[in-house]
Amino acid sequence: MRADLATKTADTSVRRRSKLLAAAPFAARVAAVIVLIYLLVALFAPLLAPFGEGEVVSEIPYAPPGGAFLLGTDQLGRDQFSRLIYGARNSMGIALATTAISFTLGSLFGIIAATRRGWVDQAISRFVDVIMAIPQLIFALILLSIAGSSIPNLIIIIALLDSTRVFRVARSVAMNVVAMDFIEAARLRGEGLVWIIRREILPNILPTLVAEFGLRFCFAFLTISALSFLGLGIQPPTADWGSMVREASPLIAYGKMSLFIPAVAIAVLTISVNLLVDWFLDKASGLRNER
Amino acid sequence: MSGDETLLDIRDMRIEGESDGQWNVLVDGVDLTLKRGEVLGLVGESGAGKSTLGLAALGYVRPGCRIASGDIIFDGQDLLRLSDAERCGLRGHRISYVAQSAAASFNPAHALLRQTIETAVQRRLMNAGAARKKAVEQFRELSLPDPETIGRRYPHQVSGGQLQRVMTAMAMHCGPDLIVFDEPTTALDVTTQIDVLASIREAVEAQGIAAIYITHDLAVVAQMAHRIMVLRHGKVVEEASTQRMLDAPQNEYTRSLWAVRELAKPEETTPSSPLLTIEGLDFSYGKGFVKALDNVALTVPRGRTLAVVGESGSGKSTLGRIVAGLNVPTSGRLTFDGAALPPRLEHRNKDLLRRIQLVHQSADTALNPRHTVREIIARPLEVFFDLRGEACDRRTDELLDMIELGPRFATRLPSELSGGQKQRVNIARGIAAGPELMICDEVTSALDQLVQEGILKMLLGLQASLGVSYFFITHDISTVRAIADEVVVMHRGKVVEVGSQREIFAPPHEAYTELLLGSAPQMRADWLTEFLAERGPVARQHAQSTERNGGSTHV
Repeated sequence: MRADLATKTADTSVRRRSKLLAAAPFAARVAAVIVLIYLLVALFAPLLAPFGEGEVVSEIPYAPPGGAFLLGTDQLGRDQFSRLIYGARNSMGIALATTAISFTLGSLFGIIAATRRGWVDQAISRFVDVIMAIPQLIFALILLSIAGSSIPNLIIIIALLDSTRVFRVARSVAMNVVAMDFIEAARLRGEGLVWIIRREILPNILPTLVAEFGLRFCFAFLTISALSFLGLGIQPPTADWGSMVREASPLIAYGKMSLFIPAVAIAVLTISVNLLVDWFLDKASGLRNER
Repeated sequence: MSGDETLLDIRDMRIEGESDGQWNVLVDGVDLTLKRGEVLGLVGESGAGKSTLGLAALGYVRPGCRIASGDIIFDGQDLLRLSDAERCGLRGHRISYVAQSAAASFNPAHALLRQTIETAVQRRLMNAGAARKKAVEQFRELSLPDPETIGRRYPHQVSGGQLQRVMTAMAMHCGPDLIVFDEPTTALDVTTQIDVLASIREAVEAQGIAAIYITHDLAVVAQMAHRIMVLRHGKVVEEASTQRMLDAPQNEYTRSLWAVRELAKPEETTPSSPLLTIEGLDFSYGKGFVKALDNVALTVPRGRTLAVVGESGSGKSTLGRIVAGLNVPTSGRLTFDGAALPPRLEHRNKDLLRRIQLVHQSADTALNPRHTVREIIARPLEVFFDLRGEACDRRTDELLDMIELGPRFATRLPSELSGGQKQRVNIARGIAAGPELMICDEVTSALDQLVQEGILKMLLGLQASLGVSYFFITHDISTVRAIADEVVVMHRGKVVEVGSQREIFAPPHEAYTELLLGSAPQMRADWLTEFLAERGPVARQHAQSTERNGGSTHV
């Protein structure tokens, strides 16, 4: 009996949670700060940018950095720095909206497939397999050229295509939880499906889904940038980093490095989000061993 | 090799493990010596440090652990002062290890023979042909069926007991001086366990190998070891020769370990009416190819305990799940409290769901890791009694008192509880519904002896105060003795014998009941020897083959 009663103090988990960020590795802390800066820039773009988004401010195209134009101007004489700031807003906003939609869809269907099994699971899973069989970027290009390239179309198409991957993840993690005896215990109490999903399954798969959200955000962001680079994504005069890379790309032949500025902006955000997700997975879901 | 030569000498061993950034002592200043050819039994509850100490004999600690101080002298060499490469050279060759779960330790993608000879071939101790020949000899020695061809099979194609013997063959393949057995038969059925124990013992004896035999089962260690060491909280509680330890345990803790097996439920004298009756029940998995239950009939008396006993695959859990409504029988009739019990869960109303509760075997998977103890126990109160707020909290606290934990446990998560506490919470969730019938599916089998005893006593107390009936599924004979009024013995989906506890345990028995009762190890050092002598032909034939191969198998 004594061994049975030997226990730890109850509130350790609470304390552990509050210390979580303080104990995070250096890389994760830096990444958190960078992501925060990006978010603030996106949020307050009109206040931060010295000029307007599509405003032609200089008669000299491709003006060198310096003076009033911190990063120089682009091919139409628009301020690169202002476009970079507005680009943060557009690129990230669209990626965020896309990820939110793809997540709602993907995890909803994933959990339903895992709990219902049988023909429901088969039908959804095979449909997803068919979509995933077609390379995502090419499929997106085809759909965009059919539907026409507008921001709502872009969001919906990328969200739909991305939700297949979210579905896969959500289904497999939910499947592990559904196999647990506590789900059976809930069924034996006569609990409804909604209660079981909300109270028994969701709390257990949320850490994995949150981490997946971070990764999916990066992919959505990259896909949109890639589409913009190809000319089918965000259309001018809206500023976004993908099209900025494309517009500056001819300059590389003349030894100008200005295309690297938006490219680096893309890379830094992607890496930072990845680092954050890595750390979160380590801590929250116990999926990996730190050793 | 002289008989008195010390093979292994572990001195003042201190091993620490890290959790939450702190180093906790797992093994605390243990001395252990082992002579050549001697078998030492390490006994203790989970967390006593016996596996950690056993692995230390290989000069190995698990990730996250460290050896803080002490020496491990194996055959004159200090294992801790050797280089990694030198230590690796000893492992698998001169010191080997047999793990608890053979199924998890074999690579499912390779045939058994290939895995058995891998070490010898890789270390260039033998060429592949000689290694294969040796392995076949060893399979024969461990009385595996078809020793010539069994090596071509894959791990999933042999039974659990056979796999455990193949693993022993693998451990003995390079002719080690020492083998560490870590609970090799714990996951096996009692009737399978006997053969594995017998073949391990004879093979180890024949080759004069020293062994450390780790187990929590005292009756098993009594058959296997020359000397027993009892560990608790990483410290040696008592150490003595097997006979002396069995006859006169000195320490109070050791005595309490012995006492557990003597728990027995007194016979009820008052008559009781039937609560659940099962008649002519059949059940098949899939499309009728595998018949899991065949014409099963039994009765659970009101306020009493019916123990359903059988080995894995006997259909006892399936039967429990049918009563709970999780599996639907192919045919047959269930009557609960005078009325027909609908087989499908969806056809049972809320009150019926409340009156029959199922307690799962493993509290680890039966409790949602994200729910607190209060949430877990309060949910049936909300669902079945519509209790909310303070009334619900009060009832939860009462229930926590009933399972001997108390309200201070209410805010904990399952991960903050010990195994026994988790199982208590699991039982409390069942009790919260105020059931008339509680199906307990092996609820004590994953727990330590002393914890088991506590839970069994608690269940008996709950029955006395609440009048709940138990449908108690178990494979363990001593648990049956402790809790059952009525007993049903099952074998391969059929009921072999039914009767009161007294009737079942008193001879004459049905043949299978005889085997089941006889296979449960008893606390006598020569029990296995007697059992094998009595069983006759198999054992004798086995002894002959050992004689034939015994001398020639040394490398």
